[in-house]
Amino acid sequence: MLDKVIFYFFAAIAVSSAALMVTRRNAVHSAIFLITTLLATAGIFLQLRAEFIFIVQIILYVGGIMVLFIFVIMLVNLDVALHQIKFARQKWVALVVVLALAAQVGVMFWTTGEMPGQGFPVLAAAPANRLPAGNAEAVAKSLFGTYLLPFEIASVLLLVAMIGAVVMAKKRA
Amino acid sequence: MLPIGHYLFLSMALFILGVIGVITRRNVIVVLMSIELILNAVNINLVAFSRLYGDVAGQVFALFIIADAAAEAAVGLGIIIAFFRNRETVLADEMDLLKW
Repeated sequence: MLDKVIFYFFAAIAVSSAALMVTRRNAVHSAIFLITTLLATAGIFLQLRAEFIFIVQIILYVGGIMVLFIFVIMLVNLDVALHQIKFARQKWVALVVVLALAAQVGVMFWTTGEMPGQGFPVLAAAPANRLPAGNAEAVAKSLFGTYLLPFEIASVLLLVAMIGAVVMAKKRA
Repeated sequence: MLPIGHYLFLSMALFILGVIGVITRRNVIVVLMSIELILNAVNINLVAFSRLYGDVAGQVFALFIIADAAAEAAVGLGIIIAFFRNRETVLADEMDLLKW
């Protein structure tokens, strides 16, 4: 019961502020609503007992990436954009794509013969006492054991991105 | 944990909202933010299935996606700053150098 309340609370916040993010004219407002969505998603992660991802989501997404976005919004002068039309002339393309996506998901649920909430695959969730005791420990063991090579590759990727961002943002000599 | 359908539906809703943002918005910064939203929607799926199977691999993959999102945001925003310096605009439909 409590699980349900928490889930619906965070899901409602996430979806409504995502909708607001897409429709607000001011980019700063969009950024604020995106932060709200990401925090609500962090709540969902906590409800799924993924404490480590919850913390990473808040520190990295909300604390790091969104600050970067806000900085760029401030660097780039947006006063002109505020008075112009907000959407490109692609409403119909968007409508078609969204309908196609929704139809796809609808067919998926329909063919499995289950409505949402009725247990989509016939699997029960792993019981809570079968989960690893420490979430961060379990993630670390997996990350530095099985997935050590992808982890190192990800660090190289971050290095490349860092250099690329610096090179592109610096002034031409 | 609620049945997995709940999480899939939430994830789908966020994903579709992100796609709408990517397709319709003119401001490139908001387009990048919509991409972050899409990546985040995928993370919900991964973590939900990780919980369903009691296996942390899904959470590790979510971590990789978060790292990717950070790299993408850094490079994308760098491109936006460089572009703004050259063309004085961040609107997608004014970026038409390669358009017919």
